[in-house]
Amino acid sequence: MKFTKLAAAAVAAVITAAPVMADLVVPSLSYRTGPYAAGGIPFADGYADYLTLLNERDGGVGGEMIKVTECETGYNTEKGVECYEATKGEGALVYEPLSTGITYQLIPKATADDIPVHTLGYGRTSAKNGDVFSHVFNYPANYWDGASGMVNYLLETNNDDISGKTIALVYHNSAFGKEPIRTLEELGKKHGFKLTLLPVDHPGQEQKSQWLQIRREKPDYVLMWGWGVMNQVAIQEAANVRFPMENFIGIWWSGAEHDVLPAGEAANGYKAVTFHGVGSDFPVYDDIKKHVVDAGKAAGSGDNVGSVLYNRGLYAAMLAVEAIKDAQAATGKSDITAGDLRDAMEGLEITEARMESLGLGGFGPEFKVTCENHGGDGLVGVAQWDASAKTWSLISDFKPTDAEVIDALIKEDSEAYAKENNIESRCN
Amino acid sequence: MFYREAGDFKTSYADDSQTFPIKFDRYRYWVVLAFAFLVVPFIINDYWLNAVVLPFLIYSVAAIGLNILTGYCGQVSLGSGGFMAVGAYACYKFMTSFPGMDIFSVILLSGFVTAAVGILFGLPSLRIKGFYLAVATLAAQFFLVWLFNKVPWFYNYSASGQINAPERTVFGYAVTGAETQAWAVYLVALVIVVLLAVIARNLTRGSLGRKWMAIRDMDIAAEIIGVNPMTAKLSAFAISSFYVGISGAMFFVLYLGAVEVGEAFGIGKSFIILFMVIIGGLGSIFGSFAGAAFMVLMPVLLKNVMVGQLGWATDLAAHFEFVIVGGLIIVFLILEPHGLAQLWRLAKEKLRLWPFPH
Repeated sequence: MKFTKLAAAAVAAVITAAPVMADLVVPSLSYRTGPYAAGGIPFADGYADYLTLLNERDGGVGGEMIKVTECETGYNTEKGVECYEATKGEGALVYEPLSTGITYQLIPKATADDIPVHTLGYGRTSAKNGDVFSHVFNYPANYWDGASGMVNYLLETNNDDISGKTIALVYHNSAFGKEPIRTLEELGKKHGFKLTLLPVDHPGQEQKSQWLQIRREKPDYVLMWGWGVMNQVAIQEAANVRFPMENFIGIWWSGAEHDVLPAGEAANGYKAVTFHGVGSDFPVYDDIKKHVVDAGKAAGSGDNVGSVLYNRGLYAAMLAVEAIKDAQAATGKSDITAGDLRDAMEGLEITEARMESLGLGGFGPEFKVTCENHGGDGLVGVAQWDASAKTWSLISDFKPTDAEVIDALIKEDSEAYAKENNIESRCN
Repeated sequence: MFYREAGDFKTSYADDSQTFPIKFDRYRYWVVLAFAFLVVPFIINDYWLNAVVLPFLIYSVAAIGLNILTGYCGQVSLGSGGFMAVGAYACYKFMTSFPGMDIFSVILLSGFVTAAVGILFGLPSLRIKGFYLAVATLAAQFFLVWLFNKVPWFYNYSASGQINAPERTVFGYAVTGAETQAWAVYLVALVIVVLLAVIARNLTRGSLGRKWMAIRDMDIAAEIIGVNPMTAKLSAFAISSFYVGISGAMFFVLYLGAVEVGEAFGIGKSFIILFMVIIGGLGSIFGSFAGAAFMVLMPVLLKNVMVGQLGWATDLAAHFEFVIVGGLIIVFLILEPHGLAQLWRLAKEKLRLWPFPH
């Protein structure tokens, strides 16, 4: 029987593929295939390259080598579960799934398995309330900060008055895209703007009707919560309906080079919010070039160094490593467990001096994690695309967001989760 | 030699019409069940459960459901993903509205809700056939996914539209939520799957199954010999949707725990289940299991071989996975258009004559 043979072969393969216990295992649930690969590849490259750099240059962290186990999820939750189960047995320290759907899956699982999950600027926003979500961290900024940062930027450029304006939100019709809606609705009440919702279904190649509606209704501003192939289509469609690009602002997942390049000159002036620096003008990139790229050890094809999402992957790896260092210092041993790392992440403090010493001075905002606040301070900047120079540049510095509105929403959502799952307060 | 009818005397009508007429098959069946119930729970771990066994069991139920409709009754459906979503969301609403209800009743009720929805979308089958019906069920798929995205009541007005399975226990052991034991989840899924498979097998052997097959083979002739096409087709839609709905509920509560309709129950799900049925074999309960096993095991196996054993890059392996699975599907359909179940049937024919084929 073919079926029994296959089953036997599957058993054999899985048994012989039994993991080798390595020192510090950092799994990378990446996606280099599928409709979201354009964003998944540079992020995974940056994440892996930074860890390779530490292995090559410093001999690991605190004398322990780092082992990156990559597992392809294809942005698919079922494969994400398989990857999580396959890697957790190796002693995985922290998960960075880069998918809102997979994050929702992992929140209860990782909490039960005592493994921290770091969702850098994505995932469940209310996880900022560490009192409820003990193992989930979404520092330095979350989606609601992003939404508020966009509105703040609009206020700034309109002399603090956007009442009566209409703002359209073009969003990926999924948990990811729906995240900002409630915040924007609240902010709309507060500042008096009108919000129009335009959902785009997965994967987002079909947006003709949404942009026709924009052409008809002529909103003053368009905000976008897009990812993967959806971004480039939206920017192209915006150009097609001649929507002024400087009034089109994307979330940080809609603001990479590959999103704007296909539209060419027409994309000039497109904006995106961000929570970290742009470009490769930081000392750490010299080391990456020397120890990783030139040594032929770069992840993937090695051509993404310095791109927006590569930077973000690198930033995620840097934050993970800083927490590992803290955990090593706190426990006094180099071979830490996932539980040690969670405790360290809860006390993580990133200062300018610390980033400077890593060769990343000014790369991101300063922040401090506490038991109640797993999300940092939520400082958001704005970057703009220059199509002729083919570069992103920061046009607004990292500024605070509307904590009053966001904190109330976070409290409401996280308390609903705590009630549904009988989670008790643990911080005080 | 050992696999034959000769010498196995039946002395009652019940014996004569039993599911497995050959003694060896009967023993094999009990051995498989004993292994599944008595051995596997002791050796199963989280990886095997969540990567292989649980998806296999859940997809098997979905494939049996679609096989009843497409394989036995001949009504092509592309709405399975949508019906799974109905099961999952019904399950979520029952769990959150009636926290005291036990998990088996919740899953069963979700099945009934899906059956009602299935009947509704089965109504067009009374007038249209073949490809046209496939398009009508495709509309069901898109409509249901849209509905669960659009109406916040279905996801209890949560900010993201995700639904999360709260914890439920069976005999004091958690089977949903985060604190589950692999063996407990496995046993719950196994009990449901075995019960449903036995029921499906007997339904398809009985008068209802014969009516479905009569409709499938030629609906006008069936009507002339006294089969009511309305009850036959609608009962097929109801029972098929019941199975698919239960698989959707299990998919949500036992397997993923958190679900988002567009991602988990999109059109891709409908196609995968249809592939399972076609590769496994239309009109065969065993084929449903074989098809589900093929579609679930192949990618995991290939991934483990290419990434785990050969150390290839993950993206290369993922692309090869598509190529190999796709290629194998084509090869199978050319070599054996009737699916894995037909291979099994042929093997049994050969086994009857072995070792003296002449």
